[in-house]
Amino acid sequence: MDASLITPFISSIQNVFSTMMQLPVTVNPPKVKSGAEPSHDVSGIIGMSGDVTGSVVLSFPLETAKRIVALFCGEQMEPGTADFADAIGELVNMVSGGAKAQFPDNRRVSISCPSVVLGANHVVARQTDTPCVLIPCTTDCGELTIEVAIREAAANAGVDSGARAAAA
Amino acid sequence: MRIMLIDDSKTMRNIQKSVLTQLGYTEVTEACDGQDALSKVGAFQPELLLVDWNMPNMDGLTFVKTYRQQNKTVPIIMVTTEAEKNRVIDAIKAGVNNYVVKPFTPDLLGQRITETLAKCQPSQHQAAA
Repeated sequence: MDASLITPFISSIQNVFSTMMQLPVTVNPPKVKSGAEPSHDVSGIIGMSGDVTGSVVLSFPLETAKRIVALFCGEQMEPGTADFADAIGELVNMVSGGAKAQFPDNRRVSISCPSVVLGANHVVARQTDTPCVLIPCTTDCGELTIEVAIREAAANAGVDSGARAAAA
Repeated sequence: MRIMLIDDSKTMRNIQKSVLTQLGYTEVTEACDGQDALSKVGAFQPELLLVDWNMPNMDGLTFVKTYRQQNKTVPIIMVTTEAEKNRVIDAIKAGVNNYVVKPFTPDLLGQRITETLAKCQPSQHQAAA
């Protein structure tokens, strides 16, 4: 697990929330998430591809999501509506985009259009070969988590190990 | 002034529209992706475009390259999460006049719009004359 791919998400979420909503985010110690743990009630999911592959999930309890969306959009939105999902999707889009810009070594990474899942105790399935780092966060609107399950693309990992073998 | 907002996120279009309203620009139309935008530019004849990058159907970079084949003078501002230097270079090569990285404050977006129009409008007036 490469910490240089995880720590950009910490500064990115703080930047996005403070810039767009003037909402400070306190980031708490990260931990490894087991595949079976449910996320919160509302999750924005984005995929990454290119030099780094995997997925990023921004997950909120329902009431936290409602408060944050209201701050972000300037009006209350009903969960389950397209506009509510759009706001959640845009938040995970900005957090992921801001993080990937900080990845070291000029990695070329593309991010997908976001998906949004609403429902208590949902589990986001991921590739089993990629550990998921869960970063708990606290705000005045409530708690949320960033779940980062990303790794160097297999082709790049192969090139790196091949180069080391040739040099030995 | 006719302004077109091109972003698949209605939330972002609303935020940008609010900034434009504060600046006094109310003749605004919206498109949800590059293809939608191409279908509307002919009839609407925008004088400024704000374009997202990552969109379904047709992304912003492809839209800019396609649009620039028919119009080389209307100013375009890319408003996107793509912040890497190589992306900015790609966008400028495609014909973008200015670049705003999300997240942005309303003040920053307003500044970029004002400075883009100030730089681009004199040449538009010359072209029209």
